[in-house]
Amino acid sequence: MVGIVGYGAYIPKYRIKVEEIAKIWGEDAEALKEGLLLEEKTVPYLDQDSVTIGVEEAQNALKRALVNPEEIGAVYIGSESPPYAVKPSSSIIAEVIGAIPEVHTADYEFACKAGSEAVFVCYGLVKAGLIKYGLGIGADTSQGAPHEPLEYSAAAGGAAFIIGSEDTLADILETYSYTTDTPDFWRRDGEFYPRHGGRFTGEPAYFKHVLGSAKGIMKKAGLKPTDFTYAIFHQPNGKFPLRAGKILGFTMDQMRPGLVAPKVGNTYSGCSLLGLAATLDVAHSGDLILITSFGSGAGSDSFIIKVKEKIEKVRHLAPTVKEMLEDKIYIDYGTYVRYRRMIKE
Amino acid sequence: MVTAVKVSKTWREIPQRYRLEANKCNNCGKIFFPPRLICSNCKSRDFAPIKLPKEGKIYSFTIIRTPSSEFKDYSPFAIAIIELDNGVKLMSQVVDCDFNDLEIGTRVKLVFRKIQEDGSSGIIAYGYKCVLVKS
Repeated sequence: MVGIVGYGAYIPKYRIKVEEIAKIWGEDAEALKEGLLLEEKTVPYLDQDSVTIGVEEAQNALKRALVNPEEIGAVYIGSESPPYAVKPSSSIIAEVIGAIPEVHTADYEFACKAGSEAVFVCYGLVKAGLIKYGLGIGADTSQGAPHEPLEYSAAAGGAAFIIGSEDTLADILETYSYTTDTPDFWRRDGEFYPRHGGRFTGEPAYFKHVLGSAKGIMKKAGLKPTDFTYAIFHQPNGKFPLRAGKILGFTMDQMRPGLVAPKVGNTYSGCSLLGLAATLDVAHSGDLILITSFGSGAGSDSFIIKVKEKIEKVRHLAPTVKEMLEDKIYIDYGTYVRYRRMIKE
Repeated sequence: MVTAVKVSKTWREIPQRYRLEANKCNNCGKIFFPPRLICSNCKSRDFAPIKLPKEGKIYSFTIIRTPSSEFKDYSPFAIAIIELDNGVKLMSQVVDCDFNDLEIGTRVKLVFRKIQEDGSSGIIAYGYKCVLVKS
């Protein structure tokens, strides 16, 4: 059966607390923390972008997959913060991990669900027998404009998954996608910061698609929330995924391991995949996992995943999300402005 | 705008900067990084490609506070001679650290980062830097 052969996560070491940002703009940090369920977010260093983060994720996935990179037939990255407007990120990552030259590469874009798209297409190609392994990556270093709600959540990081049909650590039992044209969040060509529809990003966008996709895949598979050990929903903040899960009938215990936003922020294309990586870090053989991504514009991809015994042998071959969460350096707002190149010469 | 010289140099160095590809003299065993065509030790032209290990220790280091213009955004930054686990030495920036934590002999690992950018519209040169390994 087609499934996950290896997975790897990466989050940058620098963090900024909600209090530090709120202090600059005279806002109520406690109200923001309670309202968004966010405590702090990751900040990329000056020399990090979605390519360098994608490489770290891919290398960690290879450590767990124990496969020859030359056998990877597709390298796909989903990101809304590529370093080049014209020039692929995926070819750079393929070159670094040694998958070149007999490899298909592409960069995917669909706001926050570009990463799950990359995994989705790898799954399809492996299932069709066109490639032995596919590497799907979600990585972002997204920006939120200063003095804007997104500034508290826009973070950096993500996760990568190597998909194959032999020696899997978790099998993908079912997939499902749910998409409509919903203009809830966008960034026009040439613009540095994204814009969004405020409260419109909630009910008609996030909740409609996440709930639609999660309900759709459970109906397709003939499963209900109580059948799952864990569930992960896209995390633009800490509050939305918990509300979506509660509406669907999932408990806090099912969602807690994959809820990374409060300590990481929203890593956009890497967000739901990072939640899946954190969940696999603690999962055991036989556990059933539901993951539903969300990308503004808008759509959701869902996967039902069953964990296998191999995970116990390979889990500690690469750093866990928890280990990376604990390895951090706090910075002040001035340093944040510098690292994010927010001052233009 | 054509910037052919910088682009070709960046492209030519990809195998060593991205994958730490070196070569080893089949006659005397000396390892060269970056790879060479003629062994400076025994003059042999017979080499085998090898990949360098990604971990090592700080052999020596300094803090750069007045860098050349292309690295001014990173100032101040640490730069070190790293002795890899197979004995090969290379120069690298040390990032994501407090300068007070730097000591000769500290374990490090190589990571993939942006090295240099040709302005906001030119090519981005990627390569290796190092971070401290948690003990």
